[in-house]
Amino acid sequence: MSAPIRPLLTARYGLAESWKLANAEPAGAYKVAREALSTRTPAELKEEVKKANVRGRGGAGFPAGVKWGFLNPQEGEQIYLVINADESEPGTFKDRSIMDLDPHRLVEGAIISCYAIGAPVAYIYVRGELAFSINRLEQALTEARQAGYLGERPFGADLGHPIDVYVHSGAGAYICGEETALLNSLEGRRGEPRLKPPFPAVKGVFGMPTIVNNVETIASVPDIVEMGGDAWSSLSRLPGDGGVRLYGVSGHVKNPGLFEAPVGITMRELIDDYAGGMLDDRPLKAVIPGGSSTPVLDPRRKVDAPAEDHPLHKWHGMSEIDVPMGVDTYRALGTMLGTCCAIVMDDTVNMVEACRNLMRFYKHESCGQCTPCREGTGWLVDVLNNLVHGRGKPEDVDLLVNIANNMMGNTICAFADGTAMPLLGMVQKFREEFVEAAVNGVSDGVRHDDSVRSMVEGAA
Amino acid sequence: MAFSLSPEREHRVDEILTRYPERRAALLPVLWLCQRQHGWISPEVVDYVAERLDLSTAIVKGVVTFYTMFFDEPVGENVVWVCRTLSCDLRGGKAIQDHLEKKLGCTAGHTSSDGKFTLLKAECLAACGQAPMVQINDYYYENLDVGLLDRIIDAHAEKGGEAAATEFSTFASFGSPAEGARAPKGSAPPPPSQEAVRLASQPPPSAGAPNKGGDES
Repeated sequence: MSAPIRPLLTARYGLAESWKLANAEPAGAYKVAREALSTRTPAELKEEVKKANVRGRGGAGFPAGVKWGFLNPQEGEQIYLVINADESEPGTFKDRSIMDLDPHRLVEGAIISCYAIGAPVAYIYVRGELAFSINRLEQALTEARQAGYLGERPFGADLGHPIDVYVHSGAGAYICGEETALLNSLEGRRGEPRLKPPFPAVKGVFGMPTIVNNVETIASVPDIVEMGGDAWSSLSRLPGDGGVRLYGVSGHVKNPGLFEAPVGITMRELIDDYAGGMLDDRPLKAVIPGGSSTPVLDPRRKVDAPAEDHPLHKWHGMSEIDVPMGVDTYRALGTMLGTCCAIVMDDTVNMVEACRNLMRFYKHESCGQCTPCREGTGWLVDVLNNLVHGRGKPEDVDLLVNIANNMMGNTICAFADGTAMPLLGMVQKFREEFVEAAVNGVSDGVRHDDSVRSMVEGAA
Repeated sequence: MAFSLSPEREHRVDEILTRYPERRAALLPVLWLCQRQHGWISPEVVDYVAERLDLSTAIVKGVVTFYTMFFDEPVGENVVWVCRTLSCDLRGGKAIQDHLEKKLGCTAGHTSSDGKFTLLKAECLAACGQAPMVQINDYYYENLDVGLLDRIIDAHAEKGGEAAATEFSTFASFGSPAEGARAPKGSAPPPPSQEAVRLASQPPPSAGAPNKGGDES
């Protein structure tokens, strides 16, 4: 196991009542913002974030510094910062911890970011279910406002514009995590994604240039500014993918939960060293690496990269779960790092059942705007229901692949791709189980939740 | 009867309107204020919101029906959302739903006969590391087993939602749980804000069930 790092994002999580200004501030909250607003220029701060190589923590992994660079406001345009706290990707539960346990880190990051990009207003869009987190954030914002850290002259500095941060509650819609759907929702509309271009940096919320960043990305900004972009970037084990990040683990491990570690630890380390290993020491069957839209990893499969110029050549012949977890390494592996929150499944899990569970999610959450997605998600669930209930036919397996392939790239947003990719990954890597289900169905005895049902009921 | 917000909430609406350059952007926040007061978004609420924000009722209804958390039919005193997405199901989410259905005497998508609980299936609630879990009204209850679940439901029935939340609800936790115990619950949440969900004043639902969160498959 790697040497433990000095906690950064989670440094204040363990403090008593860490969410209160009176406790967070003596432990360092707002120190960086106070200094930055009086001694650094916005251009310098943007440069630090660029050098930090912080890849967007919401799942797409786009470099935040580059995104900020797309801003080019025209005369009379106001810039907005929108912080995406619509954490809804199945398996993902990291941003909630920042809002619950250290909301002032997020507010401080928002203040610095607003100053850096020249935005007088930031909205934090939080999914409606997280009413408790919304309350925590509102209290933190009230404290920051009363202390003079927000408003006309934050920290007494004359910036030429005020900085205000508001919380905006969603109301239950996964699709609002997609940035243009989020902007529509923020404007009081149905959360239906917009066509891009124009990208939000050109025409975002209220038709104005807008930067949309994930909670964890913004919460990293104080550390980036304090350490300097280069130093923060070099905490990572991978080039071009900087810093530390929050890793989540759920499913069949001994200690499910949240951990902070450098970018580039391996999935094997995450499961064995951080999450305590497999529940009941059963074999690992499969792991979804970064939220349900990321194609599954199969520990039996070896990295096939014999060519020396292949980005994964260093790990040629090793298991998929021994490749460092990074945006680029995982893309080369045919999956995605996504939100870096893994769903771990042991050998009791039937992959057809797991697939059906996730496809049911996508069917429920498709916004319905585009036909391939609206119809495709429902069709996938119908076929998977047939397979599970023994009503399937062998050709159904290819039908699943066919439907998924016809969804990919044929819709306004990436939701359909995010549905098709994990399905294709599961069918490709565990095809024999889908074929078996097509012939014999899935018996109740191997339903994936039965493996722990007895444990759950036994604990009563 | 026409719907109106309480004076404090009217004041909140005025404050919310200052946050956005466009009036329509206040639509979700104002709908939330209404639902917290009234329990659901009735046709009268739609009329009120449309008028308050200079929108057509069709636009308001279109938004209400898009979002899972806005109820366009009455619900029980407490709304129980049971997460059935993969991470929870891997840790016994189905057993939790089965137990709730048995205990409350109604299937997901319906309200118990005494009107105290509406049981709905939820998709991922972002608490996967503390699975299985349910959301009841505004609060999360995590690392459940059926014994704990029984105590939580009983507390809601006997003492009401806020008292139950103070005793049992959880917020995000971090790191490895203590030896021998699954992640312990966080300390009790702070006293509920004025805006905490108030469904208790609602009459028992009519025969119809909310059309959201039902058992589909």
